[in-house]
Amino acid sequence: MEQTTMTSDSILELKHIHKTFDDKTIIDDLSFQIQKNEFITLLGPSGCGKTTTLRIIGGFEKPDSGQVLFHGTDITNYPPEKRELNTVFQSYSLFPHMNVEDNIAFGLRLKKKSKAYIRDRISYALRLVNLEGFEKRRPVSLSGGQQQRIAIARAVVNEPKILLLDEPLGALDLKLRQEMQHELIRLKNELGITFIYVTHDQEEALTMSDRIIVMNQGIIQQVGNPVDIYNEPQNAFVADFIGESNIIDGIMVRDRLVTIGGVAFPCVDEGFSPNQLVDVVIRPEDVELVEPENGLTTGIVRDIVFKGVHYEIQVDSQIGISFLVQTTQAFSVGTSVGIRVIPDNIHIMNKPISSDEQIIDKDA
Amino acid sequence: MNRKLLAAPYLVWVAGFIIIPLLFILGKALTTADGGFTLQNIAAIASPIHRKALLLSLQLALLCTVICVLLAYPLALIVRSSKLNQQSIVMFILILPMWMNFILRILALQMLLSNNGILNMILSRFSIAPLEIINTPAAIVFGMVYDFLPYMILPVMNSILSIDNNLIAAARDLGANGFHVFWKVIFPLSLPGVASGITMVFVPAMTAFVISDILGGGKIQLLGNVIEQEFSVSMDWNLGSGLSVALMLFILATSLLLGRGQNQSDRGRLLW
Repeated sequence: MEQTTMTSDSILELKHIHKTFDDKTIIDDLSFQIQKNEFITLLGPSGCGKTTTLRIIGGFEKPDSGQVLFHGTDITNYPPEKRELNTVFQSYSLFPHMNVEDNIAFGLRLKKKSKAYIRDRISYALRLVNLEGFEKRRPVSLSGGQQQRIAIARAVVNEPKILLLDEPLGALDLKLRQEMQHELIRLKNELGITFIYVTHDQEEALTMSDRIIVMNQGIIQQVGNPVDIYNEPQNAFVADFIGESNIIDGIMVRDRLVTIGGVAFPCVDEGFSPNQLVDVVIRPEDVELVEPENGLTTGIVRDIVFKGVHYEIQVDSQIGISFLVQTTQAFSVGTSVGIRVIPDNIHIMNKPISSDEQIIDKDA
Repeated sequence: MNRKLLAAPYLVWVAGFIIIPLLFILGKALTTADGGFTLQNIAAIASPIHRKALLLSLQLALLCTVICVLLAYPLALIVRSSKLNQQSIVMFILILPMWMNFILRILALQMLLSNNGILNMILSRFSIAPLEIINTPAAIVFGMVYDFLPYMILPVMNSILSIDNNLIAAARDLGANGFHVFWKVIFPLSLPGVASGITMVFVPAMTAFVISDILGGGKIQLLGNVIEQEFSVSMDWNLGSGLSVALMLFILATSLLLGRGQNQSDRGRLLW
């Protein structure tokens, strides 16, 4: 999984980063590369090390060992002010004693840019975030979403090569968050710069990213584009964290055939040893409920909940496994149904070999 | 329970101990001993002897305030950079002297600074000439600083410690070095606390008379001493009240001046 050679388009590379706080390992041998112009998301539950990784890239934390390379130059020991990147903080962190204009001009004034240039850049940045006419407003008089936009404007006027975003939409309500997701994609395309985005919200990550780095316990679990991450999770943790999943014990009898509770399910996976114990991942929307005689196995509908776009159904199967099913068709509780999954929608994974690859126990 | 009823004790307090005495002082200030109306008592502040006392009060109070700022501000910066559990210990130690009566503290200072006092005893051990500091304006300023420093430290430290670390990270991120971070972020955000501290130190220093009495040996006349003597020695309550009112107006004017600078910042409020 690890690459140590620089490709020509790589703008940032982390090599073997370790970081501990009070003897607790936060980041464990983390390495990855980011390409120019990429929208990359560090995704994981709280405490997975994603924010610490971002802070190491931004220069606010020093790794215990390892290197941060920017265009091939080692910037590990550079202070934040010497790095050609800017951060949008989770708490916005606008300067409360300055108006919007002075906040946005902060970086440019430090760089001793001309007054005319700064004026131009301020109006450009405000246009970019759709807040023209807000120059003289104070941060306290702005809503959360407006403060967020100003924080973005304040960062991008400096023309950073990379924009770091630390859960920037975390404090906004759902509607505004969805709006801002599209805004951010538009911004990224307009500015043509690299975005490194940190979030624990898998939907946000799937919506915006070119590539997602899924982290848990300071270790990368999977790197890939949203479709691959969703459809081909590499372990139980990823399968569970990205969307909802049925994660079931299975035995890989031979290539392209797995048995679950003794029932054979044809699949497309190969390369496991004969009769290897595996985790089988089936997305709820991939479980088909059919007439009992047409199913690979049968079950009884235990519970049905209307979720707007679809129904969420719990089916207790004959093989002793409860399946979570999403379908647009309603079934009444107690109905006998057949359960079917097409081979392409069955994903086989090796059993977790360490705790970070396991699913998080949500009840714990 | 009726909310208005809950407020009653405070209303009685405000009326009985603030408004009525103030009106009484104002009444005395605006009348002669026979009860006729006059502005003479207040205008008396302009007489050479009173003007001299006011000027000296102003000089010493300003000096005391400046010294307090210079002591409190770096301390707050140091505490800010220290670990969290140490912060509360530092605060505790600084407030500790306030547990003792302030006149006792000044009397102790008198013994410490007197010509045959502990300070000069220690100096003579090292063959250093004794300092004749007692009964000088310097001793009074020393006493004022000693007494009023906690009132500067608390608001200044409060404002500096409450500055969000993320603001400093944001400034660094935008290219600010340590010097810029201080002048563009920490300093402006600390000003409300400094303004509160200045008010809380300057006002009592301006009206002090016990400190100047004890450490000045009764020879140095601050306006506070003059007023006190009008009441207790000369028994001219009208003149004493007039000078009090003049001093209050003077303090009010300086506070308003300070408050105007204060309005520049939305953050924090003046204590007074």
